[in-house]
This record gives sequence, C-alpha cells and structure tokens, in this order.
Amino acid sequence: MSSTPDRHTARTVITAPSGWVPIDFRELLAYRDLFGFLVWRDIKVLYAQTVMGFAWAILNPLIQIIIFSIIFGKVANLDTDGIPYVLFSTVAIIPWTYMSESMSTSSQSLVTGQTMLGKVYFPRIIFPLTPILAKLVDFSISLVLLIGVLIFYQIAPTWNLLYLPLLVLLMMAVPAGAGLWLSALAIRFRDVKFAMPFVIRMLIYSAPILYTASSIPEQYRLLYSLNPIVAVIEGYRACLLGLPMPWEYIFPGALVALVLFLSGAYYFRKMERVFVDVI
Amino acid sequence: MSNLAIKVDDVAKLYRLGVKEQTNEHLGGAIAGFLKSPLKNYRKYRSLYRFDDVLARDKDDTRVTEDVLWALNGVSFEIEPGEVVGIIGTNGAGKSTLLKVLARITPPTRGRVEIYGRVSSLLEVGTGFHPELTGRENVYLNGTILGMRKREIDRKFDEIIDFSGVEKFLDTPVKRYSSGMRVRLAFAVAAHLEPEILIIDEVLAVGDAEFQKKCLNKMQDVGQEGRTVLFVSHNMPAVTRLCPRVIMLDGGKLLRDGPVDEVVSAYLHAGRGTSAIREWKDPQQAPGSDAVRLRSVRVKSEQGEIKEGVDIRKPVGLEMEFEVLQGGHQLMPYYTLFDEHGIIIFSSIDQDAEWRNRERPLGRFISTAWIPGNLLTEGSYYVRATMRTLDRKMRHFDEREVVAFTVIDAFEGDSVRGDWVGRMEGVIRPMLQWETRYLPASAPAETAAS
Repeated sequence: MSSTPDRHTARTVITAPSGWVPIDFRELLAYRDLFGFLVWRDIKVLYAQTVMGFAWAILNPLIQIIIFSIIFGKVANLDTDGIPYVLFSTVAIIPWTYMSESMSTSSQSLVTGQTMLGKVYFPRIIFPLTPILAKLVDFSISLVLLIGVLIFYQIAPTWNLLYLPLLVLLMMAVPAGAGLWLSALAIRFRDVKFAMPFVIRMLIYSAPILYTASSIPEQYRLLYSLNPIVAVIEGYRACLLGLPMPWEYIFPGALVALVLFLSGAYYFRKMERVFVDVI
Repeated sequence: MSNLAIKVDDVAKLYRLGVKEQTNEHLGGAIAGFLKSPLKNYRKYRSLYRFDDVLARDKDDTRVTEDVLWALNGVSFEIEPGEVVGIIGTNGAGKSTLLKVLARITPPTRGRVEIYGRVSSLLEVGTGFHPELTGRENVYLNGTILGMRKREIDRKFDEIIDFSGVEKFLDTPVKRYSSGMRVRLAFAVAAHLEPEILIIDEVLAVGDAEFQKKCLNKMQDVGQEGRTVLFVSHNMPAVTRLCPRVIMLDGGKLLRDGPVDEVVSAYLHAGRGTSAIREWKDPQQAPGSDAVRLRSVRVKSEQGEIKEGVDIRKPVGLEMEFEVLQGGHQLMPYYTLFDEHGIIIFSSIDQDAEWRNRERPLGRFISTAWIPGNLLTEGSYYVRATMRTLDRKMRHFDEREVVAFTVIDAFEGDSVRGDWVGRMEGVIRPMLQWETRYLPASAPAETAAS
C-alpha cells in the first residue's frame, strides 16, 4: 500500500502495492511518540514480576563469562595474545549479548505483535526497530560489569575510547539490519522462529568472542572481515583495552552492516503492505 | 483543497482461500510428497498475496476461480466532509474488508482510495493494551497507537479518566482490572480522538448497557461537530440513529447507497433468513427428552416467510415444531424473548385452549406464538424455546438463543415514531391510542366554566 500523507492537505492515497518504496522518514517522525512509548513499554515490561529485576541484565552475561572462562580459559587453555581470559571474554560477551538478544527479539517482533498489525495502521518498521533501542538499557546496565572487570585488571582508559560511540552505532546497525530482514521473513515463514536460537548459538563462533582473530589463517582473513560481528567485537576489544584499532575489520564490517540495513529496510517496506494478508 | 473527505474508486480485494491438501494413497507418493512439501509450502505462502494469475485473466472470464474470493469487488463511493455514513451488510458482505482497506491495514488488490484529512480508525478498543502496565501508562500507549501525540494526551488526560470512571485504579496494572473496567478505559481513550475523519467498526458492542449509551451519545456528538464519520455495524438502531446516509454491501459489491430510510427498508425487504431458523435434521441430535423432541424453531412473517429482519409494524410469528415420542404428558410450549442486552422482554406460554390440560398423543405439533406489530422496539431479539410441564422443575428441552430476529423501523411515517426520526427510548414501543381535545383560544369563559 503506497500511502503518502501530503503535508498541505493531509491527503492519503491508498492503492494496490507495486514495486519498491523507500522509508518514509517524515511519517516516521510523525509517529515518534509511538516509537518512544513502545520502546519504553518493552523496557518496563521485560522484568515485570521478577525478583531480580534489572540484575538479570548483569547475571546473564556474568554467568556466560564464568563458564567460558573456565572451559576455554582454564580447560582448553586458549591463547589470547597474553590478555587474561576473563578480561578477554568480558569485553566481547557484553556487546555480543546485546546483539544476540536484540536480533532474536527483533526477528520475532512482528509475529509477537501480529494482533496489533491487523487492528491499526502505523509505520510497521517501528516494530523491528523497537528492541534495538530497548535492549540498550540492558546493555548500559551490563556496562557496570564491564567497568568492574576493567578496574579489577587495572586497565587505564586510552584515547581509543573516543571510538566507542561509533562502535555502539555499528553494534546497533547489525541487529537492526538482520531484524528487518528476519522479521519480514518470519511473518511469512515461521521457520525463522525455529532457526533463530540455533543460528544465534552458531553465530557466537563466527566472531572472535571466545578465541582471537589472529588465530584465523591469513588467507581467510578477508572473508572473515566481511562478518560485521567481527568488526564490532574486535573494535570493542581494541577500544577498551587500548590495542591498535583493527580498521582492516571495521571498514569492511561497517560496509556490510550498512548494506544489510539498507537492503533490510527496502525488503521490509516491500513486504509490509501484505503482512496482514499472510499472517 | 478538494471538497471531498473520502473518495473510493473501483476498489477490489482478493483473498486466497485454503486449497485442499493433496492426499497420497501409497507410501511412495507420500514420501515424494513429503520431500516436495517445502517447495509446495513456499508456493502456497507466496500465493497468499500474489494474484497475477487471477488478475491476468479477462474480466469476463467465467472460469471458476475455485481458490480465490473477491471480498470487495468494484466498490466506488464518495463522502463529503462532515457526512456521517453507515455501512451495513450481512456477514461476509465485505464490510470489514472495506474498513481494513480504508484504515490502511491491508492494501486493495485493485483500485484507489483518497482520503483528505487526518484519519483515525477504530477497529477495536484497547489495541496494544499491555496487562503489565498501569492504567495511566496504557492510556498513553493506546493513545499514541491510535495516532495521538503525547502532548495531545497530556491535555486530555483528565477528561479521559473522568469519562472512563476508573480514576481510583490509575496506578494499578491493567491485568488486575475487570474486563468491564478495561473496556471503559480503552473506549475513553478512543472517544477523545479528534481526527477529521473517524472510521469505526462495531466497537460499540462492548460494555454494559449504560456504558453503550454513553458511547452512542459521544459518537452523536462527534457527528454533530462536523467531523466525517464512517460507521460499520450490524446494530441497526445505532446505524439508523447516527447515520443519515447508509451504504449497503452485499457479496463484496455496493448494493445500495442513499438516505438511511431507503437503504434500511431495502435491507428489510431483502429478507435474509440466516439466524431466523433452526432445524434439527437428525432426531438423535435434537434437544429433548425421551418423551418429546424439538425439531425446529422459525421466525415467520404473516405470509409464512422465514424472516430475520421484521418490520416494526407487522406481527411476528415464533413457530416451534416438536415431536411427541411418548404419550401421556401434558406439554406447555414456552417462549422467553431477550433483547440484545440480555434483558427479558417477556415470557409466554401456549394459550391454545384445545390442548390445555390435555395429554398429547404421539405425533408432530407445530405451535406458533404471534407477537403483534407495533409492540417491540427497534433492535435484535433472541428467543429461548422451552418445553415445560405443570411440574415446575421439569423441562423437556430448554434452548437459549435458538433463533434471533431484528425489528427494523422503516421510517415510513405510519409506525409509532410517526415523522420523528430522532432517538426513541424504551424497552417496548407500543402503538398507543392518543386523544387530543382542542379548546379554541377564542372562548376562555367556557373553559373556566367547565
């Protein structure tokens, strides 16, 4: 449905769907209050009626860090370029937890909210983007854990920290792009729901979260750098631990993330008009 | 600026119906089918929104399109700003689909709609209500979902809470509300929308009678404020009261479009008999005891037609057919009539002198109770059919809502309402004998003397 509200006469034209439609930023702006309330609802409702509340945002990565440190750090004794394993994994698992959770919530957002889709019009793109913002709250809380670990290992901040906002943006772009694609696919093919937990578990091995990027053979590095998750993880590690910034991973990764996001947005816009008919 | 509010031009909507699954008789075929099923499923889901095959065909192509349904087919109309228009039609006429197209929930397969002005559509109340959030939070969430800005809700907040009557529970999670309270709060938000064009589904079919009245009044106000309202409903009295113009849909096509009295009488004369008859073909399935079984109940006109929509001026017959399987019982057919709010209008017992205090022999009986014309008010009625005996506790059968009918006031001037087209209150609408004595003003002395 191409619907173009005209500013002067507030005219809406509804016709049969045809072709590709770009994101209507003006309309999105008009619905920013709804976007805000949906983000806020997700935050408020997430830990409703739990005893631990927001402590879960720390417990979840903490338990992962402990287990991984024991298995990969102590038992398997993986080489981490001389960085203590707890420190090595903490700086990676915190952004990874954000990315994996927002990606899986975003991919299911339309299926979970399908009753609303059939009852009222609003820019559908708000749905998959809501978890991308809402999960930032968990991420911010888990930073407490990160800072604690950094202080424990007496890591002093460096100028590299200035790249952090850029990395946060990149970290949001990856699940946003994936979420746009997957949510639009999930409403047609519920297979996505069954594939997601499995894919997320596999994805953790696709990036240097538990092992070092330097252990990847030289000839595969270029292919490896196309994974935007690699860029985020290596970027965080360098930025927080004061290592040289891995631009050879960040540039290709950012480019892929951008392509993923834009193509996701276009695919979503193309499919959103028929969502209700295929639920 | 156009002088139109809504322009609907040749809108059509196709839906794909479920196609029967192919079944395999042999193991080999079943295995092949299983292996091919992902591809088949992919095609099936894709076909849900692709109609190239159907649209490519000639319009006059008479080939049976077995798996598609034209929920709307070539509907066109125009609505001017400030008009209040009702959309009526039986189930499956296309009312809801039209509403969904206008509300931008689903796209038309063909055609074009232009809407001039800010639109709000209310397809249900309480969309997006979250049980874990408090009343206050849900007002904001629901308001923004319906298209309001936060500032706007801030401004109307007190008014909304006043209207809902749940101020004491504002900071309680909605999951602890009774369903009535939830509906009140939800409707209060909806009632304070201020769009230029309002598209409403049968959201009035919620809440208790008192609250429904409040809502109807609120809607009447909206109409009088010069806003354009599109109202889709089964509730005939509400439509006739609110909408001067009515559009009637049937089978996805626009059947009639005109002043309310014209279209409503067309609806009346269309004489649909969907829920006005109930029959049990298989005696084993029929309600009843070993002694007597109910075989059918019908709502009939004087001419003997089965009618769902009955003229307010004409008598209605409630006909019950039952079979006596065991002799020696005194039977008393008994009806209870309910209105749409569940209020009992009356009960009635068979008065036929021939069968009173007499044991019924084996065989079939058809008992009809005639409700006189000009007695019931407009609205829908539900019939409960019971077979009693003199023993108060004994009922051979007792079927609630066995048949239903709608009383329609056709606005032709000779019903109880006369030439009045506004609201008429009351549970019944009997034709009373009125007398008028006229005392001319020129003879004051005579008046004083008498």
